Amino acid sequence: MRPRRAAAVALRHFYLLKGSVARFLPLFAWVAIDMVLWGFMSRYLNTVATPGLDFVHRLLGAVLLWDFFTRVMQGVTMVFFEDVWSRNFLNVFATPLSISEYVCGLVLSTIATSAVGLAVMLVLATAVFGLSFAAYGAMFVPFLAVLFLFGVAIGIFGCALVLRLGPASEWFVWPIPALISPFAGVFYPLSTLPEWMRHVARLLPPSYVFEGMRALVSGGAFSGSALLWGGGLAVVQVLLASAFFSRVHRHAVRTGLIARYSAESVS
Amino acid sequence: MPPPMVTPVTTPGPSRVPPTSKVLSVSALRKAYGNTVAVDGVSFDVGRGEIVGLLGPNGAGKTTTINMLLGVLEPTSGAIRIEDVDLARQRSAALERTNFAAVYSPLPGNLTVYQNLRVFGLIYGVKSLSARIAELLEEFDLVRFRDTRCGVLSSGEQTRVALAKAMLNRPHLLLLDEPTASLDPATARDIRARIRGFAAHGTGGVLWTSHNMYEVEEVCHRVLFLSHGKVLLEGDPRTLPGEHGKASLEELFIAVAREPLSLERV
Repeated sequence: MRPRRAAAVALRHFYLLKGSVARFLPLFAWVAIDMVLWGFMSRYLNTVATPGLDFVHRLLGAVLLWDFFTRVMQGVTMVFFEDVWSRNFLNVFATPLSISEYVCGLVLSTIATSAVGLAVMLVLATAVFGLSFAAYGAMFVPFLAVLFLFGVAIGIFGCALVLRLGPASEWFVWPIPALISPFAGVFYPLSTLPEWMRHVARLLPPSYVFEGMRALVSGGAFSGSALLWGGGLAVVQVLLASAFFSRVHRHAVRTGLIARYSAESVS
Repeated sequence: MPPPMVTPVTTPGPSRVPPTSKVLSVSALRKAYGNTVAVDGVSFDVGRGEIVGLLGPNGAGKTTTINMLLGVLEPTSGAIRIEDVDLARQRSAALERTNFAAVYSPLPGNLTVYQNLRVFGLIYGVKSLSARIAELLEEFDLVRFRDTRCGVLSSGEQTRVALAKAMLNRPHLLLLDEPTASLDPATARDIRARIRGFAAHGTGGVLWTSHNMYEVEEVCHRVLFLSHGKVLLEGDPRTLPGEHGKASLEELFIAVAREPLSLERV
């Protein structure tokens, strides 16, 4: 493992961001719009709902955390998609770069890009809508850590999917957060869900984060061990996703897919 | 029936320096896709300071061979050693000594020349990278394009960038897949001169594919003709046509493409 090689993958993405407004703006524009939209929505709900229910912390906080997960996932996939779009696979994979170095490069890049989105969301949510992180206390950092790990896992899984199924399958990857959100209980307690959906939710690390967040905001008890379990799940999922990517890459090397990767060559 | 005697047309080739050691050893290399065999038990070497031409009609197995040498295609069987390093077992160490340029694999057009060289320089672990990039920009006449995106360069300029990238790590094995295809004759001659200069330096060897037989005669010390995934002929490109009763390398190429059985190696 040579850190300079992983850094090169992240540097390539930094160069692309630096030279393109179309790439840089989405790092924070959509999450900022989400903050504004859900910020006003939360304010309005505070005026019509039962006194004592704080939607800013329940709803806006949930949107902020969910958008952070989405940014992390997209931060990973975007770096990979840049190689797909510029047909750069042969140049990249015919170098000494190992798969673990490449994946580390994707993660390094998303640390930087998701931090930009998070910073903008935090500024807007606190300065404009009065979201106070005191409501979450010290748990805010582990919440972010679990969501970060899960975002990385889903991002790597998405990259593997596109490597295996071809560039057109990127449309399977974009909607993954929307597909997961009903199960993760982003906006409602898991007890709302039918039994079979709760079984799925138990396998999703974000569900532990959002349950914990709601418990803290309502002043209820919050089980740290549940979040630890969620964190453990996320670590396992990162390892599984990395193993899946590595397996797909091996298949691509065996079949020659890497060398002739295009929308038409993969079915 | 023995082939008719024909006086071969020859061109002055590169000065031949006997290779002192091997930079590439390929033995019994085979790649099969189900029942289709793309490369069938190919064995050859490339010596230090040597330029070897890998020739053959479309579909003969040249690019498949090059892809296996680059580690992006796993052989069904056989061994590849770059210097003394086994590619299958020590992929990164083997590829650190290798580099390539291929007409079908341009560098990302959305990065500038400098950015591309910096990124690939880091990946190849080039020491004193900034100085090396400056040296290559000068050598390949790219100084004025340093901050230009590769996508807006002409074919010739893009080829020079690809070659600069291929030289970044001072490779011991340089793989060139039709590097002069689509270039005008003047630019192609310039590129050939640079590759000859690289080989003459004596630290690395070159494996070169091309469909331009004039170019092959001018540049290559030795050629291998592939047909249906096998090495059919091997020898000096200036004497090989005469040995097989052909007037030129181009005629020999056409014979390999149309009637390989008549030339089959014993």
